[in-house]
Amino acid sequence: MSALRALVDKIKPQFEKGGRLEYLHSTFEAFESFLFVPNTTTRHGSHIRDYIDMKRTMSVVVLALVPALLFGMWNVGYQHFLSHGEASTLWQNFWFGFGKVFPILVVSYVVGLGIEFIFAQIRGHEVNEGFLVSGILIPLIVPPDTPLWMVAIATAFAVVIGKEVFGGTGMNILNPALTARAFLFFAYPQDMSGDKVWIADKADAFSGATPLGDLLVNEPLSSLPSISDMFWGFIPGSVGETSTFLILVGAVILIITGIGSWRIMLSVFLGGFGLATLFWAIGPYVAPDNVYMNLPPYFHMIMGGFAFGAVFMATDPVTASQTSRGKWYYGILIGVMAVLIRVLNPAYPEGMMLAILLMNVFAPLIDHYVVEANIKKRKKRAKSAQLATV
Amino acid sequence: MENLINIFVKSIFIDNMIFAYFLGMCSYLAVSKTVKTSVGLGIAVVFVLGITVPVDYLINNYLLAPGALVWIDKSLADVDLSFLSFIIFIAVIASMVQLVEMVIEKFSPALYSSLGIFLPLIAVNCAILGGSLFMQEREYVNIAEATSFGLGSGVGWFLAIVGIAAIREKIKYSNVPAPLRGLGITFIITGLMGIAFMSFMGIKL
Repeated sequence: MSALRALVDKIKPQFEKGGRLEYLHSTFEAFESFLFVPNTTTRHGSHIRDYIDMKRTMSVVVLALVPALLFGMWNVGYQHFLSHGEASTLWQNFWFGFGKVFPILVVSYVVGLGIEFIFAQIRGHEVNEGFLVSGILIPLIVPPDTPLWMVAIATAFAVVIGKEVFGGTGMNILNPALTARAFLFFAYPQDMSGDKVWIADKADAFSGATPLGDLLVNEPLSSLPSISDMFWGFIPGSVGETSTFLILVGAVILIITGIGSWRIMLSVFLGGFGLATLFWAIGPYVAPDNVYMNLPPYFHMIMGGFAFGAVFMATDPVTASQTSRGKWYYGILIGVMAVLIRVLNPAYPEGMMLAILLMNVFAPLIDHYVVEANIKKRKKRAKSAQLATV
Repeated sequence: MENLINIFVKSIFIDNMIFAYFLGMCSYLAVSKTVKTSVGLGIAVVFVLGITVPVDYLINNYLLAPGALVWIDKSLADVDLSFLSFIIFIAVIASMVQLVEMVIEKFSPALYSSLGIFLPLIAVNCAILGGSLFMQEREYVNIAEATSFGLGSGVGWFLAIVGIAAIREKIKYSNVPAPLRGLGITFIITGLMGIAFMSFMGIKL
């Protein structure tokens, strides 16, 4: 380690002002701060002492995603061998899934970070760690068989249009990973939905739809996998979303470290559960044919991307509402919208992605009105206090 | 009644004037710098759409549409004045805006001063003319449906402009690349908002 430090210190002057490679300063800085804790201190302005910086925040989120990622790799293999009717061991499953998911992970990191580096270099700011999370989220939410060039294009779109044109990490209005997913969804719909895509290299005669997709073609409710299968995650689906249990493990990590907002997670579940209960209650009277409407409410929570979106996507600190009360409104509306789109829009059984994107758009508006209401309340209080003293 | 609610919700979210048809973009882009002014303009648009669409509906059904003149005389059944609809709709919109302006000025000076220049500007907002022409094309069966369509389109436009105004207030201090500052980034935001609104496409009510 100290040899590495010595090497970094030795080549450092070349990248500083006046050095030979000054134009590569931000690239060097990115690698240095990736390897070591920066030793620079603030010289003027406010001095806030806190150990949590962006790099740590992002590392914790990545850590919280790892259980779901590892399980997802195993599940890709498991579903593949299941569709062929072959027996397989744990390692066979895992290596098969690893071979499918790892290239997507690499492509998303290489393309995304490459673009980040280019922008940082040209615009002269430091490379931010924000993409570390988006880069791991992208392979978790696309089908395991997505061609790599599609992943590359979607990542490039998300990073350039979704993030860099706004000025980089912390300025974007839509979650970059979801932007990539939405781009794929609308640009290549035939590769992104339906019952063809969710199991890698599946046998031809095997129908491999997600449970949500099965309902779309009006399979009876009894054809669904058992509740425990759906909770633990032994179902087809995108890599990260299947195991509700491991997503909850991630949620606990995020909440304990204070990085993910528990307000948002809780309110998304509350909103979704509330509306699903309502639909379930009135379903038999208004639309007995609509299977989604007649699902028991807890099914909505464990099927599809609901839990994954609530824990890892909706809580994105940049695109969510910033105010505490705004977070409640924001979360409840996401839950409500996700169930609403699922139930009422037969074209997109996976409503979570679009619900989050939609509320990303309105999050600044929610914040604006929460702040305005606060100002009004305080003015009123000040006025009444003034009156009381007179 | 159910039908009216369906039309209302549909015209807010699914057939949104901005994100589905990209109508009324000029004032949407120009007046969306702050939330406060965009709320004013949005309300004015709701108001004017809510009045002009039903009025144009009456004009269309009793004067312009093929055979609409039968109520005067049976022999006029063959008359088709629909080629006049553009010019008449425009005239109705302009006069309605003028009328609304005078009424508001008389009865609520506070609202009038907060709307300011935006009221007359609405006369040239293409979302308004679009509302009347869509009404004509979609053949709503009665005036209540037309009114609910008009109000719904207005509310959809209102949501869009208020949403983008809040985003523009938020990104005011962002380090946007110089060539994109102002309108460029606004167009990009509008496109991204359009992606988010695509979640409603295909909902059948």
